[in-house]
Amino acid sequence: MYSEKVLDHFENPRNVGEIADANAVGQVGNAKCGDIMKIYMQISDDEVIEDVKFKTFGCGAAIATSSMATEMVKGKSVDEALTLTNKAVMEALDGLPPVKVHCSVLAEEAVRAAIQDYYDRKGIQKKVIEKCSQCCGNCSCGE
Amino acid sequence: MRDCVYFDNAATTKIKSAVLEAMMPYLTEEYGNPSSIYSLGARAHSAIDEARDQVARAIGAKGREVFFTGGGTEADNWAIKGVALGNRKKGNHIISTAIEHHAVLHTLDYLEKQGFEVTYLPVDEYGRISPEDVKNAIKDTTILITVMFANNEIGVIEPIGEIGAIAKEKGIAFHTDAVQALGHMPIDVNTLNIDLMSLSAHKIHGPKGVGALYVRQGLRMENFLHGGAQEQKRRSGTENVAGIVGFGKAIQLATADIAGHTGKIAAMRDRLIDEIYSRIPYCRLNGPRDGRVCNNVNFSFQYIEGEALLLMLNMKGVAASSGSACTSGSLDPSHVLLAIGLPHEIAHGSLRLSLSDYTTQEDIDYVLEVLPPIVARLRAMSPLYEEIERGVKYV
Ligand SMILES: Cc1ncc(COP(=O)(O)O)c(C=O)c1O
Repeated sequence: MYSEKVLDHFENPRNVGEIADANAVGQVGNAKCGDIMKIYMQISDDEVIEDVKFKTFGCGAAIATSSMATEMVKGKSVDEALTLTNKAVMEALDGLPPVKVHCSVLAEEAVRAAIQDYYDRKGIQKKVIEKCSQCCGNCSCGE
Repeated sequence: MRDCVYFDNAATTKIKSAVLEAMMPYLTEEYGNPSSIYSLGARAHSAIDEARDQVARAIGAKGREVFFTGGGTEADNWAIKGVALGNRKKGNHIISTAIEHHAVLHTLDYLEKQGFEVTYLPVDEYGRISPEDVKNAIKDTTILITVMFANNEIGVIEPIGEIGAIAKEKGIAFHTDAVQALGHMPIDVNTLNIDLMSLSAHKIHGPKGVGALYVRQGLRMENFLHGGAQEQKRRSGTENVAGIVGFGKAIQLATADIAGHTGKIAAMRDRLIDEIYSRIPYCRLNGPRDGRVCNNVNFSFQYIEGEALLLMLNMKGVAASSGSACTSGSLDPSHVLLAIGLPHEIAHGSLRLSLSDYTTQEDIDYVLEVLPPIVARLRAMSPLYEEIERGVKYV
């Protein structure tokens, strides 16, 4: 059902944990739907993501996409990170079963939510995420 | 690491070697069609008759009341659609429960679309339905009551005898899906007043794709599969001879010493439950402590998700199952866990461990050794657990 890459990122997730003095924290999903992703970032003054960590409540695909997405944005500039798409995360994992596509959407959104938090803290007037894409098709956000 | 520590016997079981041996002739040299008149066919026919008697004896029925099917799902479909269509002049109302297997629930969905009315009785926090509720749900138009004997997810045993007595008093057909109960408790269709009962071979160390429907003699119902004259002209299709013979052998073995089997398995189940409670914080047993099938353990572990748990257990060689949305193939967690009142997030974190005659004390020890660190590892990754970690300290 899962590719080797997904299983590898699930078994040995990269960047798990918290960053105590993170200057960007984003959380998406909700417990009712069975997935929550929380991403912590340390973003430098010249807008480079120097460190990134995640915590995820969710299935194997949710953990693997969190791991892959954090790996893909680590060391990148904020602008580069904003070009990350769920498709790119999926491709990097050699695909996901159709019912798990929403996990990759959540991973993209978690990255965006963290960057939004960074902008908000800095007082930068940019909007890079809608509140909830309803990607799971099942929830009312924030419930 | 162990190779395959199998804790998913509610999904399916390992075929017993005596069962396979009984089947082998009918997969090789004894290949006759049971409907043929020459000896090769006649021998296949008597093999089926013998299996029918084995099934009948195991449930206190007559041979004529046992019809072989392609498994539990077909038996459920036939029982429910057959009684509904055969009695639609009398009424269109069916009583069932919120925790039935999908083979029952989706059949009822289908009938609702055809104009039947279905009452789904609620269950209490342990999954039990109340016979009083059954009584109160009965209307003039009620033609069928269908309540499962034992639940496949949380192992709760329903008060089948009491419901049977109510159905009998009111003259309403009573069907029970006994797929998960068979072999784990004595079942007598007469003392329990059961009119129709679904059985499946592969849950009792028999082959897959074969089961039976018990139908009380004289009960009015329609056929489901139309065709040849097999099974007293009520279930057409050339018989799955080897499968039927295997089912006969399996049911004979499964019911030979029910008390011995139950005692042994229940002791392991209870040790597993007690030890999980003592080794893992923030968990709850789903289903009752007593009044539970001897082979079922179902826990919810807060703050983690069931599919991730299954994948990690699989990495340690343990096969189990979960009621999380991710394993149900839909977006909602198990309807059974929601029906007993679990919030979604706790239902997502469930784990079912189901035992069999092949389960050993070493298997129990092994799962007790690997499970706590897996739960701890997933919790360490879970944002839901952060608060708890900060607030509470335990060893
Ligand atoms: C309670 C219950 N009913 C019906 C079935 C379906 O039986 P089968 O797999 O033989 O179609 C199962 C098993 O999956 C079950 O647990």
